[in-house]
Amino acid sequence: MTTLLLIEQVLNGLQFGVMLFLMAAGLTLIFGVMGLINLAHGSLYMIGAFAAAAVAGWTGNFFLALVASLIAAAIIGALIELTVIRRLYDRDHLEQVLATFALILIFSEATRWVFGSFPLFLNIPDVLNGTVTLPGGIQYSLYRLTIILIGLAVAAGLFLLISKTRVGMRIRAGENDREMIAALGVDISVLYTMVFALGAALAGLSGALVGAIQSVEVGMGEPVLILAFVVIVIGGIGSIKGALAGAILVGLTDTLGRTMLPVIFGTFMEPSAATTVGSALASMLIYILMAGVLLYKPTGLFGST
Amino acid sequence: MHAFRVLGAAGIMALGLASGAVADGHGGKVKIGLITTLTGGGAALGVDIRDGFLLGIKQSGNDGIEVVVEDDQRKPDIAVQVADKMIQSEKVDIMTGIVFSNLALAVAPAATAQGKFYISPNAGPAQLAGKGCHENYFNVAWQNDGPHEAAGAHAKKLGFKNAFILAPNYPAGKDALTGFKRTYEGALAGELFTKLGQTDYAAEIAQIRASGADGIFFFLPGGMGISFLKQYAGSGIDLPVVGPAFSFDQTILAAVGDAALGIHNTAQWSPDIDNAANKAFVETFKAEYGRIPSIYASQAFDTANLIVSAAAKADVKDTDAFREALREADFASTRGDFRFGNNQHPIQDFYVREVIKDGDVFTNKIIGIGLEDRQDVYAAECKL
Amino acid sequence: MMRERHINMIILALLVLVPTYAHFAEEPFTITLATRAVIFALAGVGLNLALGQGGLVSFGHAAYFGMGGYAMGILASHAQNYEPIMEVPFLIEGTNSMPVIWLVAIVMSALLALLIGALSLRTTGVYFIMVTLAFGQMFYYFTISWPAYGGEDGLSIYVRNQFPGMNTLDPIQFFSICFVLLCAVLFLVNRLNKSPFGLALNGAHQNEERALTVGINVYRVRLVAFVISGAITGLAGALFADLNRFVSPTMFSWQISGEIMIFIILGGVARLFGPVAGAALYIMLEHFLGGLSEYWFIYLGAILLFVVLFAKGGIIGKLSRKEISHDG
Repeated sequence: MTTLLLIEQVLNGLQFGVMLFLMAAGLTLIFGVMGLINLAHGSLYMIGAFAAAAVAGWTGNFFLALVASLIAAAIIGALIELTVIRRLYDRDHLEQVLATFALILIFSEATRWVFGSFPLFLNIPDVLNGTVTLPGGIQYSLYRLTIILIGLAVAAGLFLLISKTRVGMRIRAGENDREMIAALGVDISVLYTMVFALGAALAGLSGALVGAIQSVEVGMGEPVLILAFVVIVIGGIGSIKGALAGAILVGLTDTLGRTMLPVIFGTFMEPSAATTVGSALASMLIYILMAGVLLYKPTGLFGST
Repeated sequence: MHAFRVLGAAGIMALGLASGAVADGHGGKVKIGLITTLTGGGAALGVDIRDGFLLGIKQSGNDGIEVVVEDDQRKPDIAVQVADKMIQSEKVDIMTGIVFSNLALAVAPAATAQGKFYISPNAGPAQLAGKGCHENYFNVAWQNDGPHEAAGAHAKKLGFKNAFILAPNYPAGKDALTGFKRTYEGALAGELFTKLGQTDYAAEIAQIRASGADGIFFFLPGGMGISFLKQYAGSGIDLPVVGPAFSFDQTILAAVGDAALGIHNTAQWSPDIDNAANKAFVETFKAEYGRIPSIYASQAFDTANLIVSAAAKADVKDTDAFREALREADFASTRGDFRFGNNQHPIQDFYVREVIKDGDVFTNKIIGIGLEDRQDVYAAECKL
Repeated sequence: MMRERHINMIILALLVLVPTYAHFAEEPFTITLATRAVIFALAGVGLNLALGQGGLVSFGHAAYFGMGGYAMGILASHAQNYEPIMEVPFLIEGTNSMPVIWLVAIVMSALLALLIGALSLRTTGVYFIMVTLAFGQMFYYFTISWPAYGGEDGLSIYVRNQFPGMNTLDPIQFFSICFVLLCAVLFLVNRLNKSPFGLALNGAHQNEERALTVGINVYRVRLVAFVISGAITGLAGALFADLNRFVSPTMFSWQISGEIMIFIILGGVARLFGPVAGAALYIMLEHFLGGLSEYWFIYLGAILLFVVLFAKGGIIGKLSRKEISHDG
């Protein structure tokens, strides 16, 4: 493998990590503030992608579609927060897992009922189509580069929101002491609805962004959801910084693992066996990484308690 | 698991945990159990199989045929449970409908072992075509390797000298690459197994770019193929691509869009095959369901017509006579000529199709023949 | 209002009466459904020991369920093909004897649970949920891509395995075997819960610090509970494989882990018969809702949601009007 290809694969790993971060950020925010495990986060990702595909179909405008994905996921997020999720905050994790698992069943089949069983079309806009040549002669997809930039911008925005703004102050206060913040006259339930809607909007946005280069279909949320959980657990649940670090670690491990392992095994095995064994190990690699991190630090890399 | 009862009101009561036994005795009637994937991600294929099959039965006008449809949720254990239900309480004579090979492998051997016919409208795993062939197991679609072998032959014809090939890391993926290599015979620039259900192919595409390949063969069914094609189209690589029809069929073409245009893919059927049966099928399917039929719908339609043709000749209760009637394959197939080999899998032509845009609709048109009168290689191991 | 003990008796009686009726009414599929419920109940009883008594929310019990399934699949497929499993350094042959398969399934799942538990129990809370999920996923992807035993295609066993003196292919006889095993395990788990060990486990769940101060080795108690829990679920996996005469990697999928959890919550967490009631209810829902509509998952989801939100303590809790479980 040449150095140039290696650099390109590192870039790919980075970009995969950033896509995971978009999804994981909302998940970890919701856990950090409200202490809720939300399996239905994958459904919000799917809703974002479907809303974007529908709006892109009507208007032909990708940027309107992105806006639609944000709005649709935020509205649905706020709705389920008001009706279901807020009853779960003081329940144990087991009940949260089950209730949000039930939401997955409802959302998946409801989406299929509305949109049918066939995958939908959502494509990247012409302006972002094609490749750019990076220093060193690497040809890289412009759209993927855009995703990296959007992801980093979202990360920066979240840091600023939480560390510099009034809402962020309340969020941090809410994480630490719910009673205190309520006593100070902040309406905690409105704050929670807002945080949940924000997390949902991020999931919806990532669904739309990723949906443009993947398949927009029912059930698209679950594999990403599991990956996003791996990410936030590695990073330390509740920590935005941890989610970013975890996402990039998982992105790099997965991408480099699946390209390098067959090659490494090929040095001492016959080619077809090396491909099989290498690919098998590669598909397990991020879970091995996660188990390893938790054994070394049982609360994740940036976890507090 | 739900049952839509379509034709023939045989007075079957809704089955509950405590409901009584179903009356026996069909009196020359045929009862078919159709198990397919109707919920979740794989539902598009199952819906087309159901619709194609029911259209075939409806057009036959034979109201002695009753079809019970149930969902397998794409889970093998659910498929086995539904199959048990069909055999034990619905008392069906024939089973069909399963989309995915791993589910067919869970159901078909058990069904044939209990004296039922299993007629596969889609999956054709090697195990059931070779040593594990069974006199009551018929396959109307293809043995799994067929479309890949045709793609290999076509790649050779296109002059690929150094192909890059990839498929998911599961049995059907390995069979696909084996099938391709069997007829391609050229050198390989690379061979990759991707994770099942993988959605991001940036790393694989980078490897393709760096490999110096002169062509690509991929087998990535369903959503995986959609993701790969969209990402490949945006990568700036401009190598010829061939693949089996599974990533270019009517159920997903609309979702891939321009990224699929012009790609050559191989299949035993195409909506533009020029024969009366196929023209009528495509027209009536469009009229009935408002969309162009997919390859899965055509296979299910053929399966229905095969059963109708056999039912006209023999009573399904006379297993030997009915089996003979099935073997004769005396029906007008949408593919034109159709006959069974010794292992009761089709011997058929595989076409090369190109993805085109017809007005606003993406579809396929035939541009040549990949393999003629192809019989699968496992037939030799079958003792039938 | 009923006593929980009476509800338990009614559940057991129904589990016997429905298949018996079905047997005489010649409705074998009902027996198959009841067998499925009994096997899932057994898997749930296993998980309930860790989850209910010990408070260890394992989201990866599919690993033991699948391990039990593959113990059956591998042993029986070797017996079916007359190929020994290994010849060097000593000969191991396949078998189609159920008791031997159960023993292997129990031992293998217990060993696996020992390994996974020893590592996972260093974490707590959400981290524990997720690390157990990760181990389950590892096995899922491993079995899909490991070609020796069929990969994603799984393994078909054409004939059900043998139990001395019984015809296991007869639905009612196979049901009886599963039912007796369930009753035996329920009896043992009930004894275990009331033993000093069970009290220590529950004590560590209620208040870890107090348990530590009275000298309980919390880690070891939890690990032992986790191993027994995995072993029981492994046994259920072996029976499930025999019911279907088929094993596949889906037995390792996270959805199976989720379903086993659902049985417990539907029935009532930490109640001896919770998983039994939950599994039976789930199988019934699946069967009846499936007939209503193509989109029946929506109804299933709504019912689950309702149970979690408004029926704390599951159906047994609702029926006995007590939210806190009292064993027995």
